[in-house]
Amino acid sequence: MVERQSPLEPEFHVGSHGNFEHGVEIILTETRPGSIVQLAAWPGEEKKLISGIRTVTGLALPDGAGGGLSDGVKSVFGFAPGKFTVADEAEGLAAAFARVVTPAIGTVTDLSHGRTAIRIAGPKAEWVLAKFFAIDFALPAFPVGAGRSTTHHDVFAQIQRTSADQFDIYVFRSFARSFWKALCHASEEVGYEVQ
Amino acid sequence: MLITCPYCGPRDVIEFTYQGDGNRERPDPASQNFEAWNAYVYDRLNPAGDHNEIWQHSGGCRAHLRVVRNTLTHEISSVAFVRGEHTSTPRRKAEGKS
Ligand SMILES: [Zn+2]
Repeated sequence: MVERQSPLEPEFHVGSHGNFEHGVEIILTETRPGSIVQLAAWPGEEKKLISGIRTVTGLALPDGAGGGLSDGVKSVFGFAPGKFTVADEAEGLAAAFARVVTPAIGTVTDLSHGRTAIRIAGPKAEWVLAKFFAIDFALPAFPVGAGRSTTHHDVFAQIQRTSADQFDIYVFRSFARSFWKALCHASEEVGYEVQ
Repeated sequence: MLITCPYCGPRDVIEFTYQGDGNRERPDPASQNFEAWNAYVYDRLNPAGDHNEIWQHSGGCRAHLRVVRNTLTHEISSVAFVRGEHTSTPRRKAEGKS
């Protein structure tokens, strides 16, 4: 496989930035999954698709809109009715799903090169994200594993909460650098570290 | 104005795109009934009160929604998936008198 270049690279500066004299309250990084795919079930085929996700990833999706989970290597969450985003540290997820998700069940779209995954973690992660998105980031409203589809200005974003104070944000690769810069600026006042 | 998407929950109106009047009856594409086409393209109820509308959650789950919005108060009294209604009953007939 071809080595993938990060779109963030010219603006990706490892180290501590902003107002970090009193401690770093935000960690920003790029998770660089090997695979990102979107799956969509035809109406009525949702259960078969969810069982296909379990076959390929070993992850059993919880019920409900936006439900999801992550085992630290593979992640899955619903982002729309009958539609799911799956990410894996390894490459090859699209090929694996193409064998399981037959044309009668739904569709598989390989977005590994089309999305950039940015991780924001730390005690102020909710607080920084609340500056960007008009959704409720509090833990009871946005549980660990769950996914949300929303928009920052016109930059579409899918957000998965991967721990109590950690979120993975999937944005279009072509908007990723601009979004990353905005995220860095928004994190300045609490002090952030790029890893 | 907030619209409560049946999938995503309450979201700001900025995430949604208005897709037009939800009361229109689209004629069969093969139809040459010009009156029916004229009504589809031009006739609007323009109510001062509850109005059936189609919105898309374009900045979220991208589902198409049937929304009943009060044109005087912006109060939204119901939101449902368009697709769900399409697959069960023709949406025009399920609507009652409004
Ligand atoms: Zn929605």
